[in-house]
Amino acid sequence: MSGKSLFEKVWEDHLVSAETPSNPAVLYIDLHLAHEVTTPQAFTLLREQGLPVRRPDLTLATLDHSTPTVPVGSLQDLDVLSEPAQAAQIRQMAKNCADFGIELHGFGSDQRGIVHVIGPEIGATQPGKTIVCGDSHSSTHGAFGALAFGIGSTEVGHVLATQCLLQRKPMSMAINFNGRLPVGVTAKDIILATIGEIGVNGGTGHVIEYRGNVISNLSMEERMTICNMTIEAGARAGMMAPDNTTVEFLAGRPQAPVGADWDSAVTRWLSLPSDDDAGFDREIDIDVTNLQPMVTFGTNPGMVVPVTDPVPDGNGEPSFRKALDYMGLESGQPMQQTSVDIVFVGSCTNSRLPDLRTTARVLKGRKVADSVRMLVVPGSEIIKQQAEAEGLHEIFLAAGAEWREAGCSMCLGMNGDNLQPGQLCVSTSNRNFEGRQGIGGRTVLASPETAAASAVNGHITDPRTML
Amino acid sequence: MEKLTHIHSRTIVLPQTDIDTDQIMPGRFLTSTTREGLGEALFADWRYADDGAPLADFALNQPGAAERQVLVAGNNFGCGSSREHAPWGLVDFGFRAVISTQFADIFRNNSLKNGLVPLIVDEDTHNWLLENPGVTVDIDVASATLSLPNGTCREFPLDGFAQHCLLEGLDQLGYLLNKETEISHFEQVRRWKP
Repeated sequence: MSGKSLFEKVWEDHLVSAETPSNPAVLYIDLHLAHEVTTPQAFTLLREQGLPVRRPDLTLATLDHSTPTVPVGSLQDLDVLSEPAQAAQIRQMAKNCADFGIELHGFGSDQRGIVHVIGPEIGATQPGKTIVCGDSHSSTHGAFGALAFGIGSTEVGHVLATQCLLQRKPMSMAINFNGRLPVGVTAKDIILATIGEIGVNGGTGHVIEYRGNVISNLSMEERMTICNMTIEAGARAGMMAPDNTTVEFLAGRPQAPVGADWDSAVTRWLSLPSDDDAGFDREIDIDVTNLQPMVTFGTNPGMVVPVTDPVPDGNGEPSFRKALDYMGLESGQPMQQTSVDIVFVGSCTNSRLPDLRTTARVLKGRKVADSVRMLVVPGSEIIKQQAEAEGLHEIFLAAGAEWREAGCSMCLGMNGDNLQPGQLCVSTSNRNFEGRQGIGGRTVLASPETAAASAVNGHITDPRTML
Repeated sequence: MEKLTHIHSRTIVLPQTDIDTDQIMPGRFLTSTTREGLGEALFADWRYADDGAPLADFALNQPGAAERQVLVAGNNFGCGSSREHAPWGLVDFGFRAVISTQFADIFRNNSLKNGLVPLIVDEDTHNWLLENPGVTVDIDVASATLSLPNGTCREFPLDGFAQHCLLEGLDQLGYLLNKETEISHFEQVRRWKP
């Protein structure tokens, strides 16, 4: 009998009942992350059916998506700082959490922030857990060896009411990263190149395990950046084997186990990595030795090239042509000549402390080009405090960038931080879909290094020229 | 959820590949706290001019579009965000099925929970549907078959449990709530607690 993969171990450990040809598996969920945008309809479902939240202690709730990134001290401030619809949604979240006994990490809480940033930060995200959220970037938590995936609002209701989901077992895929990562090339470049390689539907129906020496050498923050964008390759979830890096990251976090519980948890976590003879439905090898900093040129994350390349030729394919028209780019034009209007450093992909340190390293002693507006948005209140303690915010402000409050901000154009039609943004976020950052806005996805270098020059720039 | 046994309708075609849920339902409409009324916002950025006027050449704005229940879309429909507002918008507009060669996982799950059939066809059938917009198709949920006016009849993959829920108009929550004894037992006997 062949061994088990990390995914299979976590999957089997959570089966309330296994799947049969006629019925899906009932999968127990250890941690549910909740935010204001995808939960209102789920709470309505509970109210309509007179149901309580089964395990309010297993839901971690915060405000991030439609939340403004200007200082908000309390819900009262929303009247002047936010659009009425956003303010109503945030108030509804506060009411839903209060009515159903869920603790909300809201305004005034040290632990408010982007759901996928605060889960790991407070140690709620742990190896071997099943974690879901009404948000596709739930895949982020797979960096810890958790099985984490995005769900819809109806399924949010299922989790609130029963702490379980009905699931068919996905297929598995291994992506092995080998070779040596060149200087100036980041985790963001690895995942962008990977999506370019396998396509935006390359992982559909699969749980990906990222493996190889390249992954073992990454920090937890870098691992989260890769797992975060798993969904952009269409995969259900991305996972990485827990190791000493994982354990060291979690040690001492507020919700991490303590004492004897910590010891037994660590033993359990370190038994989770895939067995040597585990099988996968698909396996892919990627050598990172010649990898370059990557940027997107089109309207999905698979449309990506090295920053030193020209815009590719799509052979007249209609969707490709439509994407270039939307982006205002032409085949053959060097990516690096593309003018930039906005630079956004933030989002659940790249808003953690190391991302901010990197951004500051590029900006230190330099100025953001006059033609560029740059926003730096920390992923959480804690990261904001840590960055300020290190003086990073002073570097951002001295360079002419904006230093804002924690939230999803310009990643998704629904909290006041929007692109205007036609503006081009180099963004450290995860999606370059049409209109994602505001109607008619154009998004170029990149690492924090590339984003900061592009902000300084006012056009897309290879960050290795500024390191 | 209403029972869904049979769909007989002309099609609307959107041939673009990789249509993501940000196109189906742009983010600014996600401030809604209800499931209803999102049909107006469906494909808003492709459907309306800057001044809000409907763009006459967009498929959903053509005469009779509001009566059509079947959308034929390019490969890999529904990728990106998990927003259930996408299938809510499609259903509110009047769609009961989307036909493509592949669907993103979360979109497919969300659709099946809202009486919207994500219908996967082979490339030849897909190409014929893309090339013949507005044809009348027939979808039988009980036999999971799609019949075209050219005489083609194709079975499509449909999970048996999801099919049962569509045919009976069942909310899957009821099934989970009936598992309460097993869920409590699982919580008691598992070897570690979250």
